[in-house]
This record gives sequence, C-alpha cells and structure tokens, in this order.
Amino acid sequence: MGVTGKYFFSPGQIVTEQYPENRKTLKMAERFKGEVIMPHDENNQHRCTGCGICELNCPNGSIEIISTRIETPEGKKVRIIDKHIYHLSMCTFCGLCIKTCPSDSLAWGQEFEHAVFDRSKLTKVLNQPGSSIIKGIE
Amino acid sequence: MKEVIHTPVPDIEEEEYHINMGPQHPSTHGVLRLVVSLQGEIVKSLKPHCGYIHRGIEKMCEKDTYPQIIHLTDRMDYLSAHINNHAVCLLVENALQVEVPERVKYIRTIIDELTRIQSHQLWWACYGMDLGGLTCFFYGLRDREHILDIFEESFGSRLLHSYYTPGGLMQDIHPNFQKRVKEFIKYFQKKIKDYDRILTGNVIMTERTRGIGILSKEDAINYAVTGPSGRASGFSCDVRKHYPYSVYDKVEFREVLFTEGDTLHRYYARMEEMRESMKIIEQLIDNIPEGEYSAKMKAVLKLPAGEYYQRVETARGELGAYCISDGNKTPFRLKFRSPNFSNLGVLDKISREHKIADLVAIGASLDFVIPDIDR
Ligand code: SF4
Ligand code: SF4
Repeated sequence: MGVTGKYFFSPGQIVTEQYPENRKTLKMAERFKGEVIMPHDENNQHRCTGCGICELNCPNGSIEIISTRIETPEGKKVRIIDKHIYHLSMCTFCGLCIKTCPSDSLAWGQEFEHAVFDRSKLTKVLNQPGSSIIKGIE
Repeated sequence: MKEVIHTPVPDIEEEEYHINMGPQHPSTHGVLRLVVSLQGEIVKSLKPHCGYIHRGIEKMCEKDTYPQIIHLTDRMDYLSAHINNHAVCLLVENALQVEVPERVKYIRTIIDELTRIQSHQLWWACYGMDLGGLTCFFYGLRDREHILDIFEESFGSRLLHSYYTPGGLMQDIHPNFQKRVKEFIKYFQKKIKDYDRILTGNVIMTERTRGIGILSKEDAINYAVTGPSGRASGFSCDVRKHYPYSVYDKVEFREVLFTEGDTLHRYYARMEEMRESMKIIEQLIDNIPEGEYSAKMKAVLKLPAGEYYQRVETARGELGAYCISDGNKTPFRLKFRSPNFSNLGVLDKISREHKIADLVAIGASLDFVIPDIDR
C-alpha cells in the first residue's frame, strides 16, 4: 500500500509510452529488426550479385532469388539479379541472410507497422525497379 | 392422486466431477488444458493435456542446419530465449571442439543472467496477478521493460533474439551495453525492495501460500523437478554449479536452496535467484575482455557422427539438448529435455487434496511456459 501511495503522489515516474501519438518522434534502436531491406545508393544501385546464398541460408524459405545470366561487353558470363523476393509474412527475423550475404547487400529496416489488409502486400521485391549493381562488386 | 416421483439426488459430497481448466484460462499462461477432477472444491486428481501449441520443433530441426536451428530454440521457452540458444551453441561447439573467445563467454553469461532476471520479473508480475494483486503486474512489467530496452539496443529485438550463433555471437554488443546494464542493476536493486514490500511481506500472500502444494525432496528428484521449483524442495540441481559452462566457474554465487518445498518457498527461491543473478552480472560486467565476438567457423558445419548432450540452466530448470549426428550438416535427431515438461508432471501430485483456488497458486509458483512443454 505504501508503495502504491508513493507512486500515486509522484506522477513523474509514470512510464507509459504514448504510442501511437508519439509516432513522429518515435525512434527505434539503431539495430532494431523491423524487416529485411536492400539499401540502394543515390544512383539506384545496390550491392546484390544474385549469388543466392541468402536464399540457401534462410531457414523457412522467405527469400527467393530470380536471376538471369547475361554476357558482359568483355564477353564474360555473369549472373545478375532479376528479382530479390522477400516474403515478410514468413520471415522469423533470424538475421542469417544478413549475416551470410558475402557482399553485405542486405540490412535491417526500422519499419515495424506491418499490418496490411491484403497479405500479398507482404511479399516484397527488395531490389528497386531499374536498379543495377554497384560496379566492382563480384 | 398424484404420484410422487423420486429422482435420486446425487450426493454432492460423494460425486466427483470434472472441469476443464484451460486451454484458454488466464492463469495457465498459455494453452495448457488441465482436466481437474473435483469433489466439491477439493482437487482429487488432475490430468494435463498437452499439444495445443505443438509445432514440431524437434522434427523441424532435422531439416535445418545447425545455425538455422538456433532461431527455433528461441520459440520453445521464449522467456529464456538466449539460454535456449546457448544450449545448442554449446552442443555444436563442444562437438566440433571449437574454443570460443573469452569475450564471448563473458557476454553470454551476462546475457543469460539478464534473461533470467527478466523471466523472473515476469513471473513475479504474473504470480502477483494470479493471486489477485494486479499492482504487481504493472510493477513487474515496468522493470522488465528496462532489460528489454537493453536487449533491443544490442540485439534488435525484445523477445526472440537469435543472438548466439555456434562459435560466438551474431554481432558485437552495443557500445552502450555495459553502461546500461550497470544502470539497470543499480535501478533494480532499489526496485526489488519494492517487490518485497508489496508481495513478500504481504501477510495475505504468505498465509495463502504457506504449506500449500508441498513437494518433498524425494518427489522433486523422482519427478526430475529442476530449477527454482526443485531447489525450493532442497534438490540441489543447479547446472551452473554442478556442470559449469561459459564462465560460471569463475563467478561466485550461491545456489538458493530451501527445504520446505511449498508454494511460498518456491516464491522465495525465485526472489533470491534474482539477487544472485545481479551479483553474477556485477562481477562480470566490468571485466569483459577485449577480443573477437565470434570464433572462426566453417561456412557449413558438420558434426562428426555420434551422440552429444548438452545441458544448461534456464530460468525454469535444466534444459538438455540431445543430438544424434550422422555426419551430415543437419542433425539426425535432436531432442530437447525441457524443464517445464518435467515440472508439469508433478502438478497432479502436489495439488491433490488442495482447493481449486490453490491450484492456481501452485501453478503460478511452478512458472510454466507452455510452448516449452509442447515444443
Ligand atoms: S542479397 Fe547477398 S546473399 Fe542474397 S543473393 Fe544478393 S548478394 Fe547473394
Ligand atoms: S531474417 Fe531469417 S527468416 Fe528472415 S529472410 Fe532472413 S534468413 Fe530468412
């Protein structure tokens, strides 16, 4: 009773989070695991080579890589990424894809309000339309 | 003339009847169904029905590689997520004879103890609530939030972290980690006194739980009741003491033992454990050695063919991971000996001849996490 009284008369110790009123100022921790994203630079370029290691390491098949082989002007056959499909609805946020990607092309995004009305919206293509790979990444 | 029909009135004193407690009963803390056989208000016997949250984790492990298994263990006893991870990591490391860096061992021990504290905080909150004191629930969750914030900053998530990997950690701890843990210890040392004043010293609580659900030492051993529940009966079963792993052999702490074995002493045991955990963290937090956060591991881990067993002490008792490997990158069979499953077995024995209201108190003092029972 004494303890309750103490808190009752010192409202300064109230710790309730005012979500969603504080949406504008709410900042998640920098390592927060909201979703898997593929960062692109200002030229719409990413680092993904389409090697498929993340797909292999994902425990529940949340990642599908669709890649094509093209011939470079120098005559080399290389694989480029067509679509990096990410099923957010199946992801368990284990982080293995991000950890094992050899070219560090994946990262954690901070978005956490994932509720949608249509579950097909949870299947995302991580490489943006028209994007290409940053030069020099093998 | 009207005929008088006599219908036999059942003798309420004699008749036993069954009620279902759960699977959606708030005090079973998950989907546990107890079929309770009652005579009046007295519990005559009780049958737990499991399987409502069975996900086949052990079977799923058979198709996953060892690093992939880690994220499944999170989802067994979600309140001891880190410690479950630890069991599989140690199993793989010992099987491959990898020496993990000293830094990793220190960090893992600290995080394990933080996990234990937050799990006991939640238990305290729910225990109070189950006995009718809603205030406890809010205070418990308020203080647990501090640990979850530390977890979120360092590992990115609050409940299911998947932070340990075979060989080390996913990433290094956050630069603020040590500072915030020290702040938390200081904060919580003050707050745990509040806990004592609200509940431990509360005469209603102590009188309601004293002598209720007595578990003798023999039964604790026979039923393999481990963790604080077993230790409250005098069964010395702390894996951290008997089979030390990580740096538990370098720290000083007391194995909390009582002999009474009733609901009240299971409560005391957990309260004392929180204090011991804080002592362990205090001894380690300033001495984390510099170094790598992970040992060098091969890209594909294949355990040599054979059988392996690893045990750790979670917040609820001994978690054992038993693995049979046939030399492939996935285990042939992985079996978990989960503490809650064994602890549930004794519930029938200790709640007989008690009132049904006491069953809630006994259940709360055994601190079940249902996904760990069903896996
Ligand atoms: S994201 Fe990384 S691992 Fe996945 S295909 Fe691209 S480069 Fe390979
Ligand atoms: S975080 Fe884990 S589950 Fe999610 S996509 Fe990456 S590997 Fe798959």
